[in-house]
Amino acid sequence: MIGVISYLVFFATVASILSIAVMGLNLQWGNTGLFNGGVVAFFGVGAYGTLILGGTPQAGQLGGFGLPYLLALFGGMVCAGIVAWIVGLLTIRLRHDYLAIATFGVAVAFETVMRNTDALGGAQGIRGFERPLRETLGNGFTYNLAFFAFVLILLIATYLFLERLIQSPFGRLLRAIREDEAAAQSLGKSPSRVRLTSFVAGSVIMGLAGGLYATFYAFISPQDVLPILTFQIWAMLIVGGAGNNKGAVMGTFLIWAAWTASGWALSRFAPLEVQLYTGSIQFVLIGFVIVGMLLWRPQGLFPEKLVVSQSARPNK
Amino acid sequence: MIQNLVDGVLVGSILSLGAIGLTMAMHMLRFANFSHAELLSIGAYAALVFDGLFGAIHPALAKAILPLSLTWSLSLALLLSMALTGLSAVVIDKLVFKRVRAKGGELSMVFASFGVAMIIRNFLGLIFGLNPKLYSQDIVFAIVVSRDPFLLIKPDQVFTLVAALLIMFILHLVLSRTTFGHSLRAVAENPTLAQVSGINLSRMIVLIWLIGGGLAAAAGVFYGLTNQISPVLGRDLVLPIFAATIVGGIGSIYGAVLGGFLVGLASNLALVILPSGYSPAVPFLIILAVLILRPHGLFGEERT
Repeated sequence: MIGVISYLVFFATVASILSIAVMGLNLQWGNTGLFNGGVVAFFGVGAYGTLILGGTPQAGQLGGFGLPYLLALFGGMVCAGIVAWIVGLLTIRLRHDYLAIATFGVAVAFETVMRNTDALGGAQGIRGFERPLRETLGNGFTYNLAFFAFVLILLIATYLFLERLIQSPFGRLLRAIREDEAAAQSLGKSPSRVRLTSFVAGSVIMGLAGGLYATFYAFISPQDVLPILTFQIWAMLIVGGAGNNKGAVMGTFLIWAAWTASGWALSRFAPLEVQLYTGSIQFVLIGFVIVGMLLWRPQGLFPEKLVVSQSARPNK
Repeated sequence: MIQNLVDGVLVGSILSLGAIGLTMAMHMLRFANFSHAELLSIGAYAALVFDGLFGAIHPALAKAILPLSLTWSLSLALLLSMALTGLSAVVIDKLVFKRVRAKGGELSMVFASFGVAMIIRNFLGLIFGLNPKLYSQDIVFAIVVSRDPFLLIKPDQVFTLVAALLIMFILHLVLSRTTFGHSLRAVAENPTLAQVSGINLSRMIVLIWLIGGGLAAAAGVFYGLTNQISPVLGRDLVLPIFAATIVGGIGSIYGAVLGGFLVGLASNLALVILPSGYSPAVPFLIILAVLILRPHGLFGEERT
């Protein structure tokens, strides 16, 4: 029984962390219409940033600054924001496909650099991170439960922040630009600046998710920042319904459950020679989920509720 | 250094072939097609299958055309594979892109292309296995062209370069001398006006996929001939090919040719100063440099 509960806590922690990243993508894609092809890069910068800033010194590695945990987590988010700002500055004024290609390129370059630079962990990744409050809470179930609560609080905080943001004048501006850029411009708004703000904000949220992920495992390596994570996060958003944060969270839990369940089923029931191909089978499945949703239900399972005006809503 | 230059030109010719089709589709359908590089994989594997078939039908076909490792059967397989890959590109468009296009968003197309790429890449891995394959098990030794500076060239590489240039020259003739070429340029300039003058847009789209797929197949086979064939061939080439289209300017076919050579050269020259592990990141640096210096590429036009 305790085994099941502890697994559920583990599952819910990872799914909640991913939900935060999916909401960050939702701000970029769902609310602003920006295509981010390299989610994993911003996630990864947050993860590496947090561990480098908050870890203990390791021989031959950069970092080990041993900053207080929350400061390290925040630092990771800032790093993700800086990378996003640089990429956004170069591409956001151009045709939308440049952003897609450039962000995809960032992810490839990031993984390559992390894998080859020994000072940043190299292929071995970064170890030597003390999880916060480990002495007080121990290493077992209590710790995982407490960490889950911490992640949940941040998930709710992110959710409330984004909902407030979307209801605010800035949120209306985002949707206005997404729907009709020329009209927004004619009202004196600067689409590229607003887009850049949204892109950086979304990437900072992905950085937060990355930082939490790295904290949870107390370890990060290039294997954790492969392009497949970008696809998973997209599939979660597309299934949930772009533009809707509740849908984003539900889509995350749904897809993550399907992903882990299919992986488990394949490793349990498939013959040994098929197991080598578990990854390929799962990737094909997630490809079909993305293409199928776009073909048959592009608005997602929980579509965005479009309102003409916030004040025109009857229950407000 | 000179070795890097020569290798760069050879890789560049393969990238150019891939980039031509990509830039045409991107210009016409206005989306970044992340599944284009998978057409190279389809082409490479299709040729592998046809090569085996021809070799089994007639053993004489399986003889290498010395000094190349290329066999007669592989040359025939190349042509068939180009046709088949072109057709697959048309079918993928019919099944997925056309329908997503009809529903709206250009960006949904980009999503869809990622999904298609995942499906193709991993299907190929499931069918042919994850281990790299070779067209020929014979070892063809590189020829020492000069000892100082040291320069090694394989006969297959020379063949690849010549064949790629020949294919591009034929394409150039088609584009500049035939009605189809003129229609294509008309559609690229102004799709609505072209349709008014009686050009069938959906037929042009089919033709673009056919040509793009065919060129991609040739690129895939040449890559397989000079390196190896593996399911991650598309994954490894997608960024360099995109870099080539951006260097040349999206929509410019001649730009894509030049862009391919420039990216090939730059990636190989980068190895002089960088450890080889970093080479996958080089195309990204090229993209960044172009976006800073000349956002619309060498021959691209300004368009939003």
